[in-house]
Amino acid sequence: MHRALISGIAIAILCSVIGLFLVLRRYSLFGDAIAHSSFGGIALGLLAGVYPLWTAYGVSIASALIITKIKDRYNISGDASIAVLLSSGIAVGLVIIGLSGGFTIDIFSFLFGSILLVSVNDTVLILSLTGGILIVILLLYRQILYSTFNEEQAKVSGIPVEKINYLIVFMAGITVVTSIQLVGVLLISALFVIPNVTAIMYGKGFKQTAIISMSFSIFSVVVGILLSYIFDITPAGTIVLLAISLLAGTMGIKSSGLLSKS
Amino acid sequence: MLKIVEIENLTVQYPDVKALDDVSFEINQGDFLGIIGPNGAGKSTLFDSMLGLNTKYKGTIKFFGEDIRKSKNYLKEIGYVPQKPIFEKNFPVTVTDVVRMGLRNESDENKIDEILQQLWIHELRNRRIGELSGGQQQRVFIAKALIINPRILILDEPVTGIDQQSIDLFYSILRELNSKQKITIIWSSHDLDAVNQLANHVACLNRTLFFHGESEKFFSNDELVKQYSEASMQEHMHHH
Ligand SMILES: Nc1ncnc2c1ncn2[C@@H]1O[C@H](COP(=O)(O)OP(=O)(O)OP(=O)(O)O)[C@@H](O)[C@H]1O
Ligand SMILES: [Mg+2]
Repeated sequence: MHRALISGIAIAILCSVIGLFLVLRRYSLFGDAIAHSSFGGIALGLLAGVYPLWTAYGVSIASALIITKIKDRYNISGDASIAVLLSSGIAVGLVIIGLSGGFTIDIFSFLFGSILLVSVNDTVLILSLTGGILIVILLLYRQILYSTFNEEQAKVSGIPVEKINYLIVFMAGITVVTSIQLVGVLLISALFVIPNVTAIMYGKGFKQTAIISMSFSIFSVVVGILLSYIFDITPAGTIVLLAISLLAGTMGIKSSGLLSKS
Repeated sequence: MLKIVEIENLTVQYPDVKALDDVSFEINQGDFLGIIGPNGAGKSTLFDSMLGLNTKYKGTIKFFGEDIRKSKNYLKEIGYVPQKPIFEKNFPVTVTDVVRMGLRNESDENKIDEILQQLWIHELRNRRIGELSGGQQQRVFIAKALIINPRILILDEPVTGIDQQSIDLFYSILRELNSKQKITIIWSSHDLDAVNQLANHVACLNRTLFFHGESEKFFSNDELVKQYSEASMQEHMHHH
């Protein structure tokens, strides 16, 4: 239980930070696309008898980087490239599962998450990946923010924008596969997108927006895990519903005019 | 006089059009250069090439005597204000956040305050960039360009869609930057009168460079001005 909470908090922070950059790059569904391609990776691992999370990391990161390369090279729009990535991951997964003789219970837990079953090793992995990614983001904070805000101007300021883009895609790949244990493949982009969309509505500067988003994300995950434990319901659905109610609440406050300009 | 920029035989061929054809000229330290030319004349293409945003050009571009293909160091000396700064309207950054992005190293909050005051946008510092008017945004981007103490300021049609009062303020700021802080300014514009008043040099561009020199020489030559106006006119008719 406390393992679930600790891992959950780490994933909440990670998803909200990476998600903020994706949302601002109009790449909201990228998390979803990587998650779906990780489905292909998981199926591959199950077929090959390798721990599925490892193959998921490999396949997701590789396909995320490849699709980004193709997108730049052939000038395909962001949303179209996401559609390609998303469907090819599922297609590969389905074919492999067919070859290996049908769905198993393992696949189910990857689709919907299984945070309450997270092991000590998993927790250590989640914590170190979260720590690593947060350090990278803190070190390159200005470069990442600037190239997200305006690529051209960032380039003129001497920022290696293309490298930064690949770095973000790479970190997003790691984040998604890491977070699969919490909410599963199907609800991953909820954690990437909803707390950030909510936080952006408060009209604050960048750091405050990131902090608001993280707080909402942590709240949803912690309360979601506790509720699901108490009432014996699925954590993934509960977490996402909590995040959505924070969004709805914020919209309510905003339209009632209480959240006017600071 | 110190040569800041040397452009030699610059040609840019896009898949469908030749945007620049064998353009050569020099810019000296302290110049206030107005680049005029109708829509599609190649002004933004020229800037993109000078700034390393377009690398597919023939010819040579040198800053401070050094070929920009060899070193990107010159970018440290340049403040650039693009024709249309594109960003998400609800991007969660304040005016201060945007100006801070311009800084290369650790942020110096006093410096940011100073620049914001100089450009009359200090009271907007905690507002989100997307909430501001076009003219206010423009001044924020100029602040961001100036925060690094650039030796060169490059402005691509900076006053499009901005009201006259803001334009006047903006021009007076430019004049001061050039005369007091000795910043070399390279500025593209459609406004002949403004170029006449502000710039000390004029480059007249329309795929090829058909005039470059002191602005008095250009504006005292009725034939040249007439030629330019007619070229713009033709371009204009062409578009309708
Ligand atoms: N990325 C591009 N790819 C292909 N053609 C381009 C590209 N950018 C500009 N062009 C073409 O090159 C020519 C010059 O365009 P450019 O934007 O440099 O003109 P401009 O002088 O800045 O015009 P304006 O006053 O409208 O800003 C135009 O014919 C334009 O269609
Ligand atoms: Mg232009």
